[in-house]
Amino acid sequence: MGYTEDDLAKDLENSEYKFGFTTDIESDKAPLGLNESIIRFISAKKEEPEWLLEYRLNCFKIWSEMTEPNWAHVHYEKPDFQAISYYSAPKQSKKYESWDDVDPEMKATMAKLGISMEEQQRLTGVAVDFVMDSVSVATSFKSKLKELGIIFCSFSEAVQEHPELVRKYMGSVVPATDNFYAALNSAVFTDGSFCYIPKGVRCPMELSTYFRINEANTGQFERTLVVADEGAYVSYLEGCTAPQRDENQLHAAVVELIALDNAEIKYSTVQNWYPGDKDGVGGIYNFVTKRGICETNAKISWTQVETGSAVTWKYPSCILKGDHSIGEFYSVAVTNNFQQADTGTKMIHLGKNTKSTIISKGISAGKSQNSYRGLVQIHKNAANARNFSQCDSLLMTDECGAHTFPYIECKNPSAKIEHEATTSKIGEDQIFYCLQRGISEEKAISLIVNGYCKEVLNQLPMEFAVEAQKLLSISLEGSVG
Amino acid sequence: MKEQAVIEQSFAHSIDWKLDGDFVLNEALRANALTYLSENAFPTTRTEAWKYTRVTKIKNNSLHIASAAPIAELAPIDAAAISLVFVNGHFDATRSASDFPAGMKVIPLSQMDEAERNVLGEIDAQKTDLFSAINTAYATDGVYIHVSARVQIAPTIAITHITTGDHVLVNLRHIIHLEKFAELNMIQHNTTDSGENAFSNIINQVYVGENARLTIDKLQNESELAFHHATEFINQQKDSVFTINTITLNGGWVRNNLNCFVNGVNCETNLNGAYVLTGNQHVDNHTVVDHMVAHCNSNELYKGVIDGKATAVFNGKVFVRKDAQKINAFQSNGNVLMSLDASVNSKPELEIYADDVKCSHGSTTGQLDEEAVFYLRARGLSEASARQLMVGAFINDVFEKIENEHVVAWIHDEISKRFNWSFE
Amino acid sequence: MISIKNLHASIDGKEILKGLNLEVKAGEVHAIMGPNGAGKSTLASVLAGREEYEITAGEVIFDGVDLLEMSTEDRAREGLFLAFQYPIEIPGVSNINFLRTAMNEIRAYKKEDPISAKEFMALVKEKSALVELDAKLASRSVNEGFSGGEKKRNEIFQMAMLEPKLAILDETDSGLDIDALRIVANGVNKLKTPNNASIVITHYQRLLDYIVPDFVHVLYNGRIVKSGPKELALELEEKGYDWIKAEFAE
Ligand SMILES: Nc1ncnc2c1ncn2[C@@H]1O[C@H](COP(=O)(O)OP(=O)(O)OP(=O)(O)O)[C@@H](O)[C@H]1O
Ligand SMILES: [Mg+2]
Repeated sequence: MGYTEDDLAKDLENSEYKFGFTTDIESDKAPLGLNESIIRFISAKKEEPEWLLEYRLNCFKIWSEMTEPNWAHVHYEKPDFQAISYYSAPKQSKKYESWDDVDPEMKATMAKLGISMEEQQRLTGVAVDFVMDSVSVATSFKSKLKELGIIFCSFSEAVQEHPELVRKYMGSVVPATDNFYAALNSAVFTDGSFCYIPKGVRCPMELSTYFRINEANTGQFERTLVVADEGAYVSYLEGCTAPQRDENQLHAAVVELIALDNAEIKYSTVQNWYPGDKDGVGGIYNFVTKRGICETNAKISWTQVETGSAVTWKYPSCILKGDHSIGEFYSVAVTNNFQQADTGTKMIHLGKNTKSTIISKGISAGKSQNSYRGLVQIHKNAANARNFSQCDSLLMTDECGAHTFPYIECKNPSAKIEHEATTSKIGEDQIFYCLQRGISEEKAISLIVNGYCKEVLNQLPMEFAVEAQKLLSISLEGSVG
Repeated sequence: MKEQAVIEQSFAHSIDWKLDGDFVLNEALRANALTYLSENAFPTTRTEAWKYTRVTKIKNNSLHIASAAPIAELAPIDAAAISLVFVNGHFDATRSASDFPAGMKVIPLSQMDEAERNVLGEIDAQKTDLFSAINTAYATDGVYIHVSARVQIAPTIAITHITTGDHVLVNLRHIIHLEKFAELNMIQHNTTDSGENAFSNIINQVYVGENARLTIDKLQNESELAFHHATEFINQQKDSVFTINTITLNGGWVRNNLNCFVNGVNCETNLNGAYVLTGNQHVDNHTVVDHMVAHCNSNELYKGVIDGKATAVFNGKVFVRKDAQKINAFQSNGNVLMSLDASVNSKPELEIYADDVKCSHGSTTGQLDEEAVFYLRARGLSEASARQLMVGAFINDVFEKIENEHVVAWIHDEISKRFNWSFE
Repeated sequence: MISIKNLHASIDGKEILKGLNLEVKAGEVHAIMGPNGAGKSTLASVLAGREEYEITAGEVIFDGVDLLEMSTEDRAREGLFLAFQYPIEIPGVSNINFLRTAMNEIRAYKKEDPISAKEFMALVKEKSALVELDAKLASRSVNEGFSGGEKKRNEIFQMAMLEPKLAILDETDSGLDIDALRIVANGVNKLKTPNNASIVITHYQRLLDYIVPDFVHVLYNGRIVKSGPKELALELEEKGYDWIKAEFAE
């Protein structure tokens, strides 16, 4: 039966932010601020080729001419981009040869996160690329993947070893000009993950990366690039936890997915960064650009469970370029206390017979604000395009807000678009029914909420679904209105 | 430095028309509006509320205030209605009724004495936008309608706006005030006699008192070369019912801004709209229902059929303010595109700050039900008439909400004339 | 088992129960009949602890404790079960997960260890057979997409799983065909022990052919106006409620 409500009870007992600890590894850090020489510093540190430095400098120029967007339904103090350190790396620069060589403190960190490498490797068949403060420190399962020709490594490693692939695809889906934060990321990204699945290969395991923000005042600028060549398949997991901090921390990642003809990419995220405390102090700013492109017959499926961050601004999107391509977006976004989330997706239908599905479940508690913002765009040539969107919002208290901003643009008469949205309060009759069966109110709410999100949770791989359910309940503890 | 550039640019484009004419609103309000205009530019598509509608053609149109001019006779939509006619933004006494039922006051703004007129026309500073400011500055007329408490007006009041001539600018300000338990049904009909590039900018300021009921059938049928901007500010008091049916049949560029502020409990707000477009028409319906207090219902149904190279825009926004509990708000927008060059942009929005509410919206865009078309053809209908029947049924959902049967007959008639459809 | 004395309850300022008395002992089955709107469901809701109702007078002693002082879930944990007239749907929550949660919370309340997965599944199998509930329904979402009859059977299935001391069945027979009625009644009968009791609210005598009551009460206008042996049910079915209404009209 997998995860049961009993496990939930244990989690609820101890729901203080459980990943709120920091690791003390002396870091090799860039001075505060951003200018050309910082970018040269990052690039030099990473021993990058000339073309990449040029790319970064060009992106920096683009960024310098942009202004920070303010259309999202969120309010926050704008980050001071000159008060951030754009690079920090664990001091040990050499890679570990074996698991035994790994810094014991880092092992302890991973244990607290529940991802002991040995166990991950043995039990779950998940290859973990562990990113700590922007530099990859341990990678596993490489040999197995290598046999199949799959490349799964840190972004920096990919730059060194597969420059032709990186050069070909980086920025092809999210150009630096796309938006303010994408431009910033393109200029200063430090590391991230790279994945390439060759033609016709089905990746036999879930590829997974755990991100973690560690050093105070260190902006995190991850870069992820996943390329599934023709007919390939990959399921990619991304999960985040962050230490408790008082200052706001900025995170501006870029994720690009490329699904070539007949390929399929499933990208799942559980996001649980520090949301700030009960009074809205601290917490992560999460401004992410995620986008994928589908060639003919390809499919990209985004699934996300968002419970963390003080401010979230995130729209995993699909460009359905090829005929018969499919885009999917399944999302649960929970906000509590003073959290603010503005999230959703964009489905751009360019090809014929393209299809997209959007299922979004928002849950607002405390004094939080939760917005769905989505775009469904049917271009002129996208004959017979189909979209179905369902956006539901559940309100837990009378002080929170739930908002829905869908944009539907259609330029083809053969397209069919259906959008439905509802906003309602958690059902009193349902709670009473549970109470009458002896179930406490707290648990009743957790049951109902998990049920409400089931369509989305079902999309997640098993072990992620379990974690996601726990997160939902922890995030909503004590939130009954 | 960037900001500086933006400011300079906006000054460069600020609206400094300095038009001549006799304007009816209070001088202080007008002065404010003129200042507003000198400091603000026309919106671009970067402004969220104008994302899908360009105002360039209005901006570049050299408009002038025109006096009334002779027009062709126009048959009334509802022969039993009490008629008020405005030509080029001026009250036309010869074509208008002069007797009104007891308990109601009807005076054109241009005929009011200044003291009376001075108390009218103020718009909450927060609600001011560019087109409202243009109207405040340059309104040449309008009507003040006041219905006393407990008076139900049986005949419909029909206001007809007619433009004639090229590049005519029309700004009208209607003020409609229903006291407690009053009831009134209105038609507002916009049409073109002749000419190109007229721009009508009409504001209705409406107060629906406690337990009062007001229905407005807004019928837009101007020429394909005309521009029309309409704004309603509706203030609903408790237990009141407000219904507006916005039917857009013709007009080159039409923008409707419908703003309902529901200030009392137990109100009902019904917003229905239909647009049947072809050619190069561009029709944009923006609606706002702002639920400030608890226990109210709002229903919104907008449907459109878009043919030719026409574009439709729908933006419906429902706000439920903090503590406005037990609100039921429903909103639905449906569109059918009939040609490869037609397009639609739909944005139904919910902004909810209270928890014990039931709100939903739906938006569909798509072809007709092909199964049904096939069924009809199998029963012997030609494909064209099968489609027409389906489209008619689709849009007729909205017309069925209209209570005045003369209005429904007129709509059916106009659509048959223009599109060759029948509704039987 | 339960003793209700002079119970007055109102909702939105309207008095629905107007001095109701009822005494149910362990091992007994009581039937409550009465015209529409008499207050039968109200009684069930008040006993289960629905907060919308205001108790203006009276007392209810359940197994020696003051029932009205307890929260809804504690009443359930003490062994009071209500089979709802209109069972609620809870999308996405499986029946099994729901019941296991309920069971373990009740056990925790009684300071017992949680039930093991194996034991639980065995129990599900046994009890679903009792009400001939398709095992597939047990793993579907609570009542979602169930037919009317399936919902009612699911209520009895839950009752079988939770083994309450006092079960209140609110029109569990309405909308059932004769087979389903027999199944439901069978389930109820099999669960009967000398230590538990049930209150069966119904409009139809036919249920009472299967679940034989020790007493039949007529609830009218917020009060029990007539009580008698099971034959009273037959009389009510034959004559209708008009004679009662005539006798007790205000
Ligand atoms: N919220 C409420 N406000 C006012 N009256 C209510 C409310 N809820 C229920 N009632 C009234 O209380 C009375 C008793 O209702 P109840 O549901 O208990 O009747 P019943 O005996 O179960 O009827 P039935 O046989 O139809 O199930 C009815 O008259 C009903 O209309
Ligand atoms: Mg009942």
